[in-house]
Parts: sequence; C-alpha cells; structure tokens
Amino acid sequence: MKKGILLHEASDDVGVAAMNIKAGEEVEAVTLEGNPVTPIKVVEDIPLGHKVAMRALENGKHIQEYGRAIGYAIQAIRLGAHVHVHNIKSLRWAASSSKIFEK
Amino acid sequence: MATYKDFPLMGYRRENGRVGIRNHVLIMSVDDISNAAVEGVARLIRGTMALTHPYGRLQFGDDLNLTFDTLIGTGRNPNVAAVIVIGIEPNWTDYIVKGIAETGKPVAGFSIERYGDLKTIEMASRKAKEFVQYATELPRVPVQWEEIWVSTKCGESDTTSGLASNPTVGRVFERLEKNGNTLIFGETTEVTGAEDKIIEQCATPEIAAQFKAAFDNYQELVESQGVSLLGTQPTEGNIRGGLSTIDEKALGNVEKMGRCTIVGFLKPAEAPKGPGLHFMDSSSAAAEMVTLCCAAGAVLHLFTTGQGNIIGNPIEPVIKLSANPLTVETMSEHIDVDISGLLRFEYNLDGAADRTLEMMAHTINGRLTNAETLRHDEFVITKLYRSA
Repeated sequence: MKKGILLHEASDDVGVAAMNIKAGEEVEAVTLEGNPVTPIKVVEDIPLGHKVAMRALENGKHIQEYGRAIGYAIQAIRLGAHVHVHNIKSLRWAASSSKIFEK
Repeated sequence: MATYKDFPLMGYRRENGRVGIRNHVLIMSVDDISNAAVEGVARLIRGTMALTHPYGRLQFGDDLNLTFDTLIGTGRNPNVAAVIVIGIEPNWTDYIVKGIAETGKPVAGFSIERYGDLKTIEMASRKAKEFVQYATELPRVPVQWEEIWVSTKCGESDTTSGLASNPTVGRVFERLEKNGNTLIFGETTEVTGAEDKIIEQCATPEIAAQFKAAFDNYQELVESQGVSLLGTQPTEGNIRGGLSTIDEKALGNVEKMGRCTIVGFLKPAEAPKGPGLHFMDSSSAAAEMVTLCCAAGAVLHLFTTGQGNIIGNPIEPVIKLSANPLTVETMSEHIDVDISGLLRFEYNLDGAADRTLEMMAHTINGRLTNAETLRHDEFVITKLYRSA
C-alpha cells in the first residue's frame, strides 16, 4: 500500500493528500514526524493539498486539524470523503464580526 | 549523530558585540529627494550599496518615528559595517547618524542644503571610500549559532505551506529556541483565526495582552474601512488549493512558531532585548515585513512560499523554502531549500529541518542566497498614514 496522506497530529479528524488520490484507493497515512496512522480507503477523488476525513464525522462536529478546530461539519461526512468548503464552515462565520473581535 | 551545530560558523563581530553575516557599506537616504546623491556616491565607489526609498518628507507622529526607526535600525543591523547618511537638511540627517553611531560602527552624515548634489557627492564619496577600505579589512571570525538572530515570514502561501514548509520553520525555531537564539515572527494581519494559539504560547499575560491589543487595533482598522476580513479569507486561490476556512489558513501560518514560547512583543522595527521568540506587530506584505525584521536586528530570514513569492532584502539575506513540487520545478532559481520530499515521504519534519539548517550554515558563512544573486533588494518602509 502506498503512502498518500500527511497528518499534523495523529489525533486529527482530517489528513492532507500529499498527492492526487483517486476514489477507491487505499492509502497509508503518516504524521509529519513520520509515524504511521491507520490506513484508509478514500471514497472520493482528493486533489493534492486537499483534506480527507480520517473518520466518520457527524453533522455539527468541530473538525480537528493541527490539533485544533478549523471549523464544523455542516453535514455528515463519511470516512475517506473529501472535506472542504461544501461540507465544513469556519466557526467564526457563525458569529457576528463584532463578537469575533471580542473573543 | 551529526547535528547542525557541527557546521562551524564564521561571521563579522561588530563593535557592540553583535554578529553579522554580511559586511555592507551602506549609502542611505534620509528622504526621497536625496536619492539622486545617494545613487551618485554608490556609482562612484565600488563596494558600497545605495539604500533609497520614497519617504522622509512631511511625515509626522508615529509614522515619522517608524520611518526613523526603520532607517536607524537598518543602519544598526550587524550585517552593515559602516554607513553614509545623506539628507536634504542637517537636523533629521544628524538624528539618523546619532541613532546608528550608538553601535560604535563608523557612520557619517551629509546634508545637501548649502552644498548641492555635486559637492555633497564628492564629500560623501571620499568618506565612503575610506569606509569601504575599513570594511574590506575586517575578517570573518568564528561565531556561535546563538549569536545569529533569525526572522521568518510566509508569502504566496498554499496548502503545502501549512502542511510542510511552515512546520519545517517551526521545527528549526524549536531547535534554535532551545539553543538560545533570538527569533522574530509577526504578520498581525494574517493570524486571524489563530490568535488564540498565539495567546496560549505567550510566556506571560502581559505579553498576551500586548499582542491582543495590536491584533484588535488591526481588526478595528479593517472594520473602519468597511471591509470584512471573514468575507475575503481564505482567497479563491487558497480554496482551489484545498484550504477551507480562515481558521485553517491562519493555523497553517502560525506553524512557523512551532511550539516555541513567545517571550516578547515588539513594536514595528523594535529590537528584541533577549533571546527567545518574539512577535512583532507588522504588516503581512512581504517586503515591508522583512524590512521591519531587518531594522529590528535580524541577520537571516527564513521565508516559506507555496506558489512562489520572490522577495529579497538588501541587508538581511532571505532563504526561501518551498514544498510545492511545481514551484520548486518552475521557479528553481528562487528556491534555496526544496522540501517537496516531505510530501513524497522521503524524510520527515526533522529531515526537512536538517536541510534548512544546513543551508542556513552555508548562508551564514557567506554563500549568497538566490534572492541576493538575483538582486532582489526590496527595502520597503511601512507607512502608517498619509503625510502632511
């Protein structure tokens, strides 16, 4: 099985495609430190630099990357699916701008 | 195991003890109308470098002070051996000369009023010739890694920046922090979405409060212009590259600080007072940011790029890192450290950091960076508001 996904933290909900990955491909994932994470089967085409779900994510879940929330799911996301602007949103979009600046 | 510390370093030890990695003799303009005389001297005397800019007249308040701090800081930078300062009138010229002279390095000022360009060029050239002969006799001497002040910034970022090149700088900074180096990062405008992370890594609540005040101040400026940052970030190009939210983009940016502790907050162009990582309130425009780092005293810059920013600085060598395979291939003359192997799983983050530190050692010891060889001498003063 080839390596194809990089993770910032082993516990992240999403990994980043280090190459273009085709739907149906099984690929290994490793952290930036070089430690292996459970391999996954990618269910949609993922272009280089785009994110893939490392586990099933329910609607509303805060999505972890860099060990932190980068946004929340606006629909259920399958394991191995493409994670992008169509299924996650910034937590900040939800708030009014003035509230964000108070934070 | 071999480490970066096995590379012996040779640099220039200045009168005040600071260490430089270049040995420039600068001919500096105080103001826009003195640029012609500055260029006249630099053309006459081999071994000098003209440092010109479009400001310095009818500025006032904080904006004037920042121009002065930038000029003085650049002259004080240990990569500079000696400085000729030329301005239209004596008061502001003397002010810049005095600020630079505190370092103990040779500096002389000339004002054009009552002399005209030609006489000024003659007088300044005689002094510049003397300074070049002084500087070219200075030897490189053994120096320590911790004496090298390093700054960082990213530009033309894409997903490879947050994924590979920024974490690589973060790993380099973690090692240098442990080693006792003085480090600078900033980009007040680009950390929106990751400000909490910066606050968490501040050593004290006071430093966090200083950062937060600068951050809020910038947000208010954006809002006062009727612009919403949240509506424009990430950009369309960012989204095409795979970035989904402003938070994600900012978290990728601040990977450059690694897990270092922020021990100081700096005003634009302000010099750090001790070792460790410092956040400098600064623009995210590449040339402005690097110019401010140089004025703060950093002697070597690590610049990460995804799509291929080509910036350089006349005084502070800029080492460029990229992990984007296409950028590394199509813009190879700009990229000093190719870390696209990280995306091909050829090495891990530590391997990428090793490669970067090796290039830093070569650069410290005198190897010109790609930006230096290509004459990328962008010196850009940050303007805070319009002149009188």
